[in-house]
Amino acid sequence: MKFDMNALELSKLIKAKELSVSEAADACINAADKNRYNAFLALNKDSALKRAEEIQKKINAGEEISPLAGVPIAVKDNISTTGLETTCASKMLGGYIPVYNATVIDKLEQAGMIVVGKLNMDEFAMGGSSETGNKGAVLNPWDSERVAGGSSGGSAAAVAGREIPLSLGSDTGGSIRQPCAFCGVTGIKPTYGSVSRYGLIAYASSLDQIGVIGNNIDDCAAMLSVISGTDNRDSTCVIEKPFDFAEAYDKRLDGVKIGLPRNYFAQGIDGGVKRAVLAAAKELEAAGAIVEEFDMPLTEYMVSAYYIIACAEASSNLSRYDGLKYGYRSPNAKTLSEVYRFSRSEGFGAEVKRRIMLGSFVLSSGYYDAYYKKALQTRALIKQEYNRLFEGFDMLISPVAPTTAYKLAENLNDPMKMYMGDIYTVSVNLAGLPAVSLPCGFDEKGLPVGFQLIGDAFSEEKLVGAARVYQNRTEYYKMKPGVAK
Amino acid sequence: MIWETVMGLEVHAELSTKSKIFCGCSTDFGGKPNSHVCPVCSGLPGVLPKLNRAVAEYAMKAGIALNCTITRNCKLDRKNYFYPDLPKAYQVSQLYAPICLDGRLEIETDEGKKTIGIREIHIEEDAGKLIHNPKSGSTHIDFNRCGVPLIEIVSLPDFRSGNQVIAYLEKLRETLLYLGVCDCKMQEGSLRVDVNLSVRQAGGELGVRTEMKNLNSFKAIARAIEYERERQIELLKSGGEVVQETRRWNDDKGVSYGMRSKENAQDYRYFPEPDLLPIFIDNEWLEKICKSMPEPAHKKRERYVHEYGLTEGEASILTTHKNISDLFEEVCKKSGEPKETANLILGDIMRMMNNTATLPENLKIDGRKLAVLISLVLEKKINRNAYKEVVEAVFTNNAEPADYITEKGLIMVSDDSVTTGAVNTVLADASNTGAITDYRAGKAKALGFLMGQVMKKLGGAGNPEMVKSALEEALK
Repeated sequence: MKFDMNALELSKLIKAKELSVSEAADACINAADKNRYNAFLALNKDSALKRAEEIQKKINAGEEISPLAGVPIAVKDNISTTGLETTCASKMLGGYIPVYNATVIDKLEQAGMIVVGKLNMDEFAMGGSSETGNKGAVLNPWDSERVAGGSSGGSAAAVAGREIPLSLGSDTGGSIRQPCAFCGVTGIKPTYGSVSRYGLIAYASSLDQIGVIGNNIDDCAAMLSVISGTDNRDSTCVIEKPFDFAEAYDKRLDGVKIGLPRNYFAQGIDGGVKRAVLAAAKELEAAGAIVEEFDMPLTEYMVSAYYIIACAEASSNLSRYDGLKYGYRSPNAKTLSEVYRFSRSEGFGAEVKRRIMLGSFVLSSGYYDAYYKKALQTRALIKQEYNRLFEGFDMLISPVAPTTAYKLAENLNDPMKMYMGDIYTVSVNLAGLPAVSLPCGFDEKGLPVGFQLIGDAFSEEKLVGAARVYQNRTEYYKMKPGVAK
Repeated sequence: MIWETVMGLEVHAELSTKSKIFCGCSTDFGGKPNSHVCPVCSGLPGVLPKLNRAVAEYAMKAGIALNCTITRNCKLDRKNYFYPDLPKAYQVSQLYAPICLDGRLEIETDEGKKTIGIREIHIEEDAGKLIHNPKSGSTHIDFNRCGVPLIEIVSLPDFRSGNQVIAYLEKLRETLLYLGVCDCKMQEGSLRVDVNLSVRQAGGELGVRTEMKNLNSFKAIARAIEYERERQIELLKSGGEVVQETRRWNDDKGVSYGMRSKENAQDYRYFPEPDLLPIFIDNEWLEKICKSMPEPAHKKRERYVHEYGLTEGEASILTTHKNISDLFEEVCKKSGEPKETANLILGDIMRMMNNTATLPENLKIDGRKLAVLISLVLEKKINRNAYKEVVEAVFTNNAEPADYITEKGLIMVSDDSVTTGAVNTVLADASNTGAITDYRAGKAKALGFLMGQVMKKLGGAGNPEMVKSALEEALK
């Protein structure tokens, strides 16, 4: 396929007029139309092609737009796009067509990128398998009987399946990093407060962060440079200026201190995952890094603290879906109270309802102090521990998930097992830190394994540099489904 | 048995900032339904709030004026509940760290002076409005008011009588108006008062309280308090119990109805608003606000007496409302004539306000025009009658004094020959012979009549002194 290439290569060809913007967009639209992995929920065909022509005109006129000008992209369905149905993969938002663009969409469009469609996910980003959406599960391009991971499963599968070179996802407790690991692609979960959340339909406001997924770290870094930076519509977006990765290292990591949490590898982790991640650590060491083991504290509290805080915020954030203003309204409702009860009972799926109920419970009077307040205190301790760790380390290396992609429906009825799969990712969100997720090999079933590098707040440049060095020394990120093994 | 009434007040004041608390939409009252809305205030999926700094500043001003401590690191919280007028299904408010704490307000009634404690002032956003259409039985939502900033001023249960409540509200209203933070129009809902009331036997334990809502005027508040006090006393006397509940006052019927009791009370599941950073108020910001505080009413009164030589009575009437004192000061400054300005406002302006039932908050009159008129009358360019006439034209039609005077020919006639001519014509008129005879017979009053005739001839623009001396001269 003409289009089987990474984003920066593509934009170079476009700039050299060896490929037109429309051809690139068309190839993605066709792939999305076939939707082999059920990664796409909505297509933006007409307006994408129109935009492609506009961008082509600018390029023809010699206008310097951005290094990613003309590149087609797709967007997780929890990011607001003017005129393009945005449902969060929920019946509740069926037919909802936003009247405004998320800040990231405006920035990407200004940089000349073309939004071709919306990507499947777990309903309202709640889940780790992209099976809970109302339009069915996303399939893993490496094995269509397995999950793509979640909640940004569509964003990872579409990139892994070479349907689109770059996508936007969101990460609340691992929702970019884990599907990247399951699908063998590269992703960045940026520091909380570095990319505007305006237009990201909230799951858990204090944890949610928009990030990028691509086939290699350079593509991801280029897109992150575009979307990062202040936004006067998001007061939690405290970054001073957009990231610039021009100076990030790419050859050696001499003197870079990387911490390796010994206890993350002790139990409950698949052998194949363990081997691949430890091998990645060796590779970084070979590039000059100093890898030191330590014991990650507070691990037994991380998942609980995360689910209490995330669900508490979700219970409030999802209250606005009341059947009155947009989206789904139960046809059976006759009174105001029935509109609320029936619409929400019928409109939300089981996992979303579970989290709303959990969140409402931990905030209710009499339980607030015992649960929510304790979780906030735990969160503060986790932040403190990370601060302490980054006094000694430049970054940490860790698995992304304890397993590789599991079978469809395997964990759907076991929420606790599903939640424990988030053990390595949630503390990063609780502390608001950045992390990159990188492919580092395959398990004995031939499924991709990923690892993450976690950095101090706003240390994206260091992380991208280390990722570059790693990808310059390895080939895993180049592997394509159906080719490996 | 002696019953004591114990009351505390929750006063919601809509802040008169230009834009809403979390977006740039206008806060103007009365626009077409849903014409002052955007994705943020209508709570569309994915939007985020951005705090309007003026809201914090207005709240700080109120707090400083009410002797509160300003919370240097105050936070916003979410209050969760479902109602169609609340598009996000939560109201951003303050529970854990309100912006102002521990204030007080001194009041004076026939019962003497008293200090009312203020527990806190917190910032919150207003909800929209439901409009019920009785014809179709349908209900429509207007989000224009969504996100209009409010402060809630919560008093301690320090009130013991309706008079104290009204005295407090009047003082509070005066304060907020002076600060310019709220226009305090109860009928438009920009000032809303909830009364918490319980009764007890003098000196006994506090009784169970009720909360009264829908009080749309000071009069209604006084009536509702009287009604609720009697209702509770009757209940207790007959061996019943007061139920802790929210009651709605119906002013037409003069009764209140229970809306919801404590058993059905909602659990608002307050928690810190994660979409907004804490509001950090540093010394610099606080000092800036302190410096920008307008002069309080009692200071103004003293100044009017000392600086402008007004009587205490005049000064206190001029300072009952900020619009009046602002007008006074503007006209004073532009004309340089405090006494004349005070006379004008206390006399003609207030008379016309009375006649047209214009409330001070709705008074709109151009101070510059009044200053011009004062100069004209003092420089004897127009006479007093013309002055009155033009003031009225400015008040009712916003007339431009110069144009009006020219058009109506009100420039005072100070030309000797014209005046003498008019005098001669009047004296030559046979119908005035009686008056002339009367005057010559020593009836001084007759001169007034003749002067009136001359003025008429001069189109009302005669110079009274010149007319008088010319008449006296001619009748010698």
